[in-house]
Amino acid sequence: MSRTRTPAVAGWFIGDGDDFRLLGTRCSSCASVFFPREDVHCRNPYCIGGLLEEVPLSRKGHIWSYTDGRYRPPSPYVSNPELPWEPYALIAVELAAERIVVLGQAAPGITVADLTVGMEVEVVPGVLHEDTETTWTTWYWRPTGVRA
Amino acid sequence: MTKDVAVLGAGMHPWGKWGRSFVEYGTAAARAALADAGLDWRDIGSIVGADTVRCGYPGHVAGATFAKALGWQGARVSSVYAACASGAQAIAAARAQILAGLVDVALVVGADAAPKGFFRPAGGERPDDPDWLRFRLLGATNPTYFGLYARRRMAEHGDTPEDFALVKVKNAAMGALNPYARYRKRVTAEEVAASAVVADPLRLLDICATSDGGAALVLAGLDFAHRHGVSRPVRIRAVSTVTPRFPNTVLDLPDIATDSAVAVAAPGEPFRSSIARAAYEEAGIGPEDLSLAEVYDLSTALELQWYEDLGLCGAGEGAKLLREGATAPGGRIPVNASGGLASFGEAVPAQAIAQVCELTWQLRGTAGERQITGAHVGISANQGLFGHGSSVVAVR
Repeated sequence: MSRTRTPAVAGWFIGDGDDFRLLGTRCSSCASVFFPREDVHCRNPYCIGGLLEEVPLSRKGHIWSYTDGRYRPPSPYVSNPELPWEPYALIAVELAAERIVVLGQAAPGITVADLTVGMEVEVVPGVLHEDTETTWTTWYWRPTGVRA
Repeated sequence: MTKDVAVLGAGMHPWGKWGRSFVEYGTAAARAALADAGLDWRDIGSIVGADTVRCGYPGHVAGATFAKALGWQGARVSSVYAACASGAQAIAAARAQILAGLVDVALVVGADAAPKGFFRPAGGERPDDPDWLRFRLLGATNPTYFGLYARRRMAEHGDTPEDFALVKVKNAAMGALNPYARYRKRVTAEEVAASAVVADPLRLLDICATSDGGAALVLAGLDFAHRHGVSRPVRIRAVSTVTPRFPNTVLDLPDIATDSAVAVAAPGEPFRSSIARAAYEEAGIGPEDLSLAEVYDLSTALELQWYEDLGLCGAGEGAKLLREGATAPGGRIPVNASGGLASFGEAVPAQAIAQVCELTWQLRGTAGERQITGAHVGISANQGLFGHGSSVVAVR
């Protein structure tokens, strides 16, 4: 049985393959960018408030910092307690155009030993977990030039 | 006009993993603080509870729970929640009531019974809560953020895991002398290095545990203190409870991203520095006036960050300050003479109150083997999830 692919969070990313992008919003008045998206009101206290328009964020950025999780995180993170815990890396990425830092999981197979602060990474589609009917999708950061 | 309030009493229930109700820890701490103040619970005009929401629902963890446990006597009640900064906000609320002339004397209580393992958000399907989302989408625990900050320091300032370990060594040596600390054993750098990695580059002994504990303070107006026969009380001179300024460009718990600095330039000082600056300004002092500091060492690396944010040294010089011994007992500015979170573990709503208990005992000169000679000005610093600043200046 094929599973339905559903974003683990609605409206935060779009597209497949090389067209995959994180989605934020941008204030039409002050140009502040928000991720996670703000849809109701601009959070810039100097701004009178404008329309918040959906914008794709830059695909590539540079590592601000990184770490990993050597122990199983608690719920609501979903993992199979029957299986041994597989650590994964987490990367905080600075996007130059938006001047924002966005955290994400590293693509599978990438460990902290593969990473350095300042390294270029790109956003790629990922799978957070699967259940019987659904593949819950997410975003991953991956050093540029590395193919899955 | 003075803005000081007197600390008449300080009390704590020892930190640990006792497996009992937070009400018991808070009540024990309250009774200890009242005894220390030489006051009866019935003398208290206002009780302020520092809340947590994990060990119950907000109604149960409110100040009224402690008032009921101590015996209803009609005191006015308030309850505050500011995550790790709850205790400082409870002190701020009590202080404001005293300075406004609403009450003469107030009791501040915070206590927690921590769950095993990582802190986690409340249950349910709550995608509008950033704290829930970071666990759901990323599995980002609190140590995830501590690991990110530590790695960033290594890249930016050249700090090493050995530097971080020395923070634990220093704090454990002080905690060994503190009867209220959970961990009372000295630790070596080798033991830190041999402990398991939790969130690279941080190891188990770099990261503070989660603990049970309770702390309480009796605060009063200076007139009341004098009438009560205390001519030279420890005085709280400033309480900083500021929020960040937009754009907050340092990735902060529990957020998945920073604010964007594309429209407005980042403020000249990061959030943690602004917490300390507000406290210094309110107290009319600077870092050069301090005798000691109690800072929120959620991780060893974060303690070094606080040195810089408090202005004890320049940016990037935290590890150097530590290695010089300036922040150890006998140094220029001892930090975490209590043993810090490294020795206590975190009992969230009690922690910022416990910091002020330590400042109180140090400024009175009654800290026993931990005593910092000649201590007369102390600062506490802390930061609560979701943008809650916390810093208290105490003088004597």
